[in-house]
Amino acid sequence: MELQATGSPQSDAKNYRKVKTLVNINLMIGGEAGQGVQSVGHVLAKTLARGGYHVFADQDYDSRVRGGHSFFRVRASDAEARAISEQVDILVALDKESIDLHQKELTKQGIIIFDGDKTKNTGENTSLFSVPLERLAQESAKNKLMTNTVALGAALGLASYDKRILSNVISEYFGAGDVGKANVAAATAGYEYARTNFKRDFRHNLTPIIGDGRRMLLSGNEAIALGALAAGCKFMAAYPMTPTTTIMEYLASKAKDFNIVVVQPEDEIAAVNMVIGASFAGVRSITATSGGGFCLMVEGLGLAGMTETPIVVVLGQRAGPAIGLPTRTEQGDLEFAIHAAHGEFPRAVLAPASVEDAFWLTIKAFNLAEKYQIPVILITDQYLASSYATVEKFDLSKVTIDRGLLLSKEELTKLGEYKRHQITESGISPRAIPLEGGTLVVTDSDEHNEEGHLIEDAETRTAMMRKRLRKMEGLRKEIAKPRVYGAAQAEITLLGWGSTYGAIREAVDLAMNDGLAINLVHLSEIWPFPVEATTRALQGAKKIIAVENNATAQLAHLLRAETGYQVTGKILKFDGRPLSPEHILKQLKQEVR
Amino acid sequence: MVKVADYAGGPTAWCPGCGNFGILIALKRALVELDIEPYRVLMVSGIGQAGKLPHYTKGNVLNVLHGRTLPAATAARIVNPELVVIAVGGDGDGYGEGGNHFLHALRRNHDITYLVHNNQVYGLTKGQASPTSDPGFVTKTTPQGASPPVYPLALAIAADGSFVARGFAGDTEHLAGLIKSGIQHKGFALIDILQPCVTFNHQNTYAWYRERVYKLDESTYDPTNKLAAFEKAQEWGAKIPIGVIYRKPRATFEEQFPALRKGPLVRQNLDPTEVARLLEDFI
Repeated sequence: MELQATGSPQSDAKNYRKVKTLVNINLMIGGEAGQGVQSVGHVLAKTLARGGYHVFADQDYDSRVRGGHSFFRVRASDAEARAISEQVDILVALDKESIDLHQKELTKQGIIIFDGDKTKNTGENTSLFSVPLERLAQESAKNKLMTNTVALGAALGLASYDKRILSNVISEYFGAGDVGKANVAAATAGYEYARTNFKRDFRHNLTPIIGDGRRMLLSGNEAIALGALAAGCKFMAAYPMTPTTTIMEYLASKAKDFNIVVVQPEDEIAAVNMVIGASFAGVRSITATSGGGFCLMVEGLGLAGMTETPIVVVLGQRAGPAIGLPTRTEQGDLEFAIHAAHGEFPRAVLAPASVEDAFWLTIKAFNLAEKYQIPVILITDQYLASSYATVEKFDLSKVTIDRGLLLSKEELTKLGEYKRHQITESGISPRAIPLEGGTLVVTDSDEHNEEGHLIEDAETRTAMMRKRLRKMEGLRKEIAKPRVYGAAQAEITLLGWGSTYGAIREAVDLAMNDGLAINLVHLSEIWPFPVEATTRALQGAKKIIAVENNATAQLAHLLRAETGYQVTGKILKFDGRPLSPEHILKQLKQEVR
Repeated sequence: MVKVADYAGGPTAWCPGCGNFGILIALKRALVELDIEPYRVLMVSGIGQAGKLPHYTKGNVLNVLHGRTLPAATAARIVNPELVVIAVGGDGDGYGEGGNHFLHALRRNHDITYLVHNNQVYGLTKGQASPTSDPGFVTKTTPQGASPPVYPLALAIAADGSFVARGFAGDTEHLAGLIKSGIQHKGFALIDILQPCVTFNHQNTYAWYRERVYKLDESTYDPTNKLAAFEKAQEWGAKIPIGVIYRKPRATFEEQFPALRKGPLVRQNLDPTEVARLLEDFI
């Protein structure tokens, strides 16, 4: 792939697109936990987004506060960037380990920025570009800790990026005070050093795309938090757990402004039961956790099912079982989410395909939860939770809040006698809010009658089970069709779900460039399983290959159970790291060899 | 005016003579005397014979899982402070399965009333030892005898509970008074209730309790003295005190949240376009 950028500050976005030049550059910042890898990574991503680029960034870190190895990858492109790339064009190595671990990922023309004063014995390597990071930090900012900012400046100097954008973003990030000024000075020092001292030919000339810098840059978790606010969520209870803690932190930071209460209780059992209590009392409520916490919430899930209390549970998967790899990604909990809790009751499981999808599916989760009075599980993973992507500003006029059959005081008065679990054709009973409706609302975790009082008789039990399960019929119609992408007459069909959409879709692009007739069938609304739509999407598929970030191909299993289709091949990754387009392509070539 | 008849509920499934009846009578009486209408009451109950109580009276009812009354009850109270929230459960429910929630609800001081029907035995599962069974209590699952019990009131005081009381199901008038004080108390009100189980506990009977219980006299006993209260909370044997053991007015959990100063969460308008101002932060 030829990597070259033209375009100039004078050309407007429209003209630029006509030129159709492909910019696709990958930058990586590596270092120890505590060296500021994430903060400068985020500044880098934002700086590139502000210049009009599509950005995708992800982060990888050990489960520790100091030391170890962590990195932040930023991909910038003039076309939509949907996934990470395993190739690195500029590696900013804040320690020697970053060079040792990542130089194999460097492209032919790639450059490693490192501090030659600090890191010796790097061997013969023409890609190395030494920048006295620590010295420049000391000289420019009087602060050796700003090494990371110097390195950031050097990377953007190398790519001839607009340094004013960099300074602006740094000022916003670190503030206009002394810290911000020192960081701007540090970045400028690095930038100028690279401009002056880098004598070789660097192919990436990252000229900002003028007029296009109005996209949002946000993470999967931030998209979920914003989705919750837009959906009118008023209560969150959660116990901190990677990778979903930042949802709670974001909502807590907006609690005052948005009249929302965020509670950190003693454990996940309390969290889910609090959410049930809050929802029963009448507000939209959410909790967020990872697999281990979700295990503790399982009995609560059944309570929500039985009492028909709407709740939204975010399950950010990480590599299990048990503590597993606490800061790393996996898609190992799909079947668990679908089947969690004893007994049989309706639920929905939604798996956002991207950061943007995370926003809209969070809103849909709240609407489905209230409309069908069920628990809805929003299943993401560490990769999506902590990846950043540029998206067009959300069009809030498209947000609808559908509270279903939630009756007002007037409607309840008209109704006369109220039964919380009234048997209806749709299975959905009119819902009332205690106190607010003036009527008594009674529900029970035991099997109950229409009034909500506990019963033991077989007839009522059967009628109530049927009533609850009937809700699946309406719910099924709400589930979106799978996304289909790629060749119309495909020889190979890749099957995926959730956060891997971007990576698989880009793998399809790469494979089509290589001459393969290939397409993708991808599910992000998984339960109730869209049987008909998936069957239709797979009709005539010659070879179905499941691509999943787990060890046992859980969607393939579900597909077999629900449609009878059996996959012919599997590309599985369960090392705690996300799937990349390149990895999928490589595995695919082995599969079809 | 609210009448006792307003609180009439469905037929009970308790054993004749069960201590639960006394608690039910006292609760109704307290609510009537406070002139609280049933639609303003939310009873959140757990699992066990105590958990059935809300079905035998009137009010909004959320019957939850074993041990999980407090998380659900406290959250409902956060959402709508105008609800009179009463959590109801037994000793196994509250001090065993829900022990962790118990400690933390006390610590946070949610403004609810918690009635624990403490019969020192598991009734619903037919007679096993509970966390409050007397030491050596022999049951089918504890043939070696029960381990030493938890002292729920001492635990509550250690967790800085703001209202810690004990009542006796055999003295409904006194108990009704305690429940009234608990409901009126601003903060978490624990009322541990000695409740004879006529079927499975032949040791801690009505007669056994009547011989031992005595009412604390607030003219001679100061429930604001934490150390004295801690001692009183562990008095168990020849004499068992009932009444308010410890009281400490302090800020409630709900008072910490600015969002709740603007009225009940449940009455707030939902407007997606308000999020517009946040979107700019990401550009």
